Amino acid sequence: MTASLSGHMSALTRRRLFWPVTILIVLLLANLLFTPDFFKIEIRGGHLYGSLIDIVRFGAPLIMVALGMTLVIATRGIDLSVGSIVAICGALACLWISGQDDQNSVAGVLTAVGLALGLALVLGLWNGFLVAGVGMQPIIATLILMVAGRGLAQLITDGQIITINSTPYKLIGGGYWLTVPFSILLALGAVALAVALTRRTALGMLIESVGGNAEASRLAGIGSRRIIVMVYVFCAFCAGIAGLMISSNVSSADGNNAGLWIELDAILAVVIGGTSLAGGRFSIGGTVVGALLIQALSTTIYTVGVPPETTLLFKALVVTVVCLIQSPAFRAKVFQRRRRPSARAAAREKTKVEVAP
Amino acid sequence: MAEPAAILAMTGITKEFPGVKALSDVDFRLFPGEVHALMGENGAGKSTLIKALTGVYDIDGGEILLEGEAVRFTGPLQAQQAGVSTVYQEINLCPNLSVAENIFIGREPRRLGAIQWKKIHRRATELLRRLRLDIDASALLGTYSIAVQQMVAIARAIDISAKVLIFDEPTSSLDAKECEQLFRVMRQLKDEGIAILFVTHFLDQVYEVTDRVTVLRNGRLVGERLTAELAQIDLVAMMIGKELEVLEQLDEQPKSSPAALQDASPVVAASELGRDGAVAPFNLAIHRGEVVGLAGLLGSGRTEVARLLFGADRADHGQIRVDGTTVAVRNPRTAMAHGIAFCSENRRTEGLVEDLTVRENIILALQAERGWSRPIPRRRQEELVDKYIKALRITPANPDMVVRNLSGGNQQKVLLARWLITEPRLLILDEPTRGIDVGAKAEIQRLVVSLADGGMAVLFISAELEEVLRLSHKIAVLRDRHLVTEMPNDGVDVEHVMRIIASGAAV
Repeated sequence: MTASLSGHMSALTRRRLFWPVTILIVLLLANLLFTPDFFKIEIRGGHLYGSLIDIVRFGAPLIMVALGMTLVIATRGIDLSVGSIVAICGALACLWISGQDDQNSVAGVLTAVGLALGLALVLGLWNGFLVAGVGMQPIIATLILMVAGRGLAQLITDGQIITINSTPYKLIGGGYWLTVPFSILLALGAVALAVALTRRTALGMLIESVGGNAEASRLAGIGSRRIIVMVYVFCAFCAGIAGLMISSNVSSADGNNAGLWIELDAILAVVIGGTSLAGGRFSIGGTVVGALLIQALSTTIYTVGVPPETTLLFKALVVTVVCLIQSPAFRAKVFQRRRRPSARAAAREKTKVEVAP
Repeated sequence: MAEPAAILAMTGITKEFPGVKALSDVDFRLFPGEVHALMGENGAGKSTLIKALTGVYDIDGGEILLEGEAVRFTGPLQAQQAGVSTVYQEINLCPNLSVAENIFIGREPRRLGAIQWKKIHRRATELLRRLRLDIDASALLGTYSIAVQQMVAIARAIDISAKVLIFDEPTSSLDAKECEQLFRVMRQLKDEGIAILFVTHFLDQVYEVTDRVTVLRNGRLVGERLTAELAQIDLVAMMIGKELEVLEQLDEQPKSSPAALQDASPVVAASELGRDGAVAPFNLAIHRGEVVGLAGLLGSGRTEVARLLFGADRADHGQIRVDGTTVAVRNPRTAMAHGIAFCSENRRTEGLVEDLTVRENIILALQAERGWSRPIPRRRQEELVDKYIKALRITPANPDMVVRNLSGGNQQKVLLARWLITEPRLLILDEPTRGIDVGAKAEIQRLVVSLADGGMAVLFISAELEEVLRLSHKIAVLRDRHLVTEMPNDGVDVEHVMRIIASGAAV
């Protein structure tokens, strides 16, 4: 009975998403201690309200960026330029809108969105070209745009913070649709699209194949260049949407600080979600959980009241613990340390018995 | 006569993996000063036994005695410190470091924290001289051949004071001369009292160098014999049980192409095809239903010929004609579009994606042909994969198993299946039977014969001349990156081909 129970438990803990989900739940429960109505979700003024909703809403840009990052990492690449793309797209959209006579014109906002996302696609193509066409190492190739992109964003905003006042644009990151925050719907849609694109077609398998063994994939006839370009374009597109969300939420574009360090959070979310930096197998579901976990952690830091000067340290600590708990090697070590000595003692006992006669 | 005490005694070793008993109740012993062959088919448990010994795996039952003391190593490092070292088929040294550095890496002699480079070089040179290896200890390891690198690995192992040396298929990528060199070193080490466990698939080598043989089959011990008292046929019988007749049947295959085949235009013909630094321009025609064997030593350009035909490397000269029409083969994709398939000799680095499942690996090339947007329907995938798992007898017959966990022979079959489902017109097999056991080897050879009977053109590359001669209708001989001659396989014997290779001219 107990044996079968522990058998079930071990089957459960071997599941890829077990640990991230568990830690996410623990984190949320911890909030309950400090905020008794943490889990309360209500409809106020026709809008969904509640701490959980906020976590998803504020986490939406990170989910978007991490989503694209997942596919890039699955090809054994990395994209450091997403933070800059966030800034560039936000800046371009806000610049366009601020130049309109009527900032509330839907057509103007749609043009701004179209321009920004179009630019994101071009930037993604650039990354893909450097990695797949030129054969540059992904970390270097995207570092170029990471650095140059910040400059580009500042060029667009002319070094200023562009502030706008546009109701239609506000919808993207700060609005509601059918009581649900619009950014959540956008993120959900993007996740659904990514899942459909990778798992309903053969794209997911081909990505995993290219990331798992690039040379073998080439010799199996896979056009790996095209696939690599596709994932960088998709990643930049996702980052572009995140840039729109972020600038829309604050109704302004800050070339310097928008999306700063988001690439690191995104990489972290991907890794927590169980996708290996060495490429190959990826899990979109895992990435979403990872992004939510990081956002929940930020929220927790505020609700628990960690002093602001120690928040980064606190975050680092939790992330370290999460990664350690997730590592099978680490768990095995901790587990063995408790078991090994007895096994060794038993072995010693046995030798003694045999040597005795 | 009383036997000397065994230096290593493994008794009742049992190891289970989820769903499969890899070893059950296996005994194995090793005496000082002997070379002991460990033999068996793929999946017989040879690797598992070695990994159980060196602590890569925790065993579920049994006992390991090293010099009479019970041991349970936590990993290869600890095993090595206790005197049990392994030399692998794939060299695990650093090609970008010098020979001497590789020998002493991780245990450099130091004085006051500083590495004593002079001492390292002196000791390395002494060690290499002791093994009668004429190489420069300060040169980069990567500049030497695999065979020499292997010797360096051995030098490293014996310097760490090995009592037991495990050779895990060291000869599968060596040519005859290099093997001879390795055997000389093995005999020397044996005379020094070191116990050597030798895993190989080559029967000749067993008889050439070993004193004792232990055979495993399906994770069980079949028996331990003195090599001198064991007839070859009995050894094969121990390894593959009742499948022996398969090998005998194969010998009766017709050898020369039916005349009719030669008249039709070839499926694939290369004219003056070549690549600078890889292989000199050559002509080669392969007809429908014909098996063309490529013979030659390692480095003679065998693989390069295959890679040019498949577009894995781009040709500098000449052209390829498919059904008489000149086609541009720029990359593997275009080669595949013309019905050419290629199983690389390096199945793990250039063939399989080890983290993907058997099913995914099998459908990979077909899916690549269709493009990402037209996935093969799941049910069709399962039908195809099931069919080939059965036809090629891939074990375990689990399409969702990760390929990394399969034995070498089964991995090879997965790779074969990948190309067979694309229904190629020319199948290029580069060393398809390397590093796999007699049983799987016979199955693959039989498959080649039946594919050709079904009309497929096959280019068969193997380091084993006998195998090439047994299967091919036509033989092309390579030497020093030149295609020397091409001849029908009627009454050609091994010696004849060897003379051509040796002299570099048709005789």
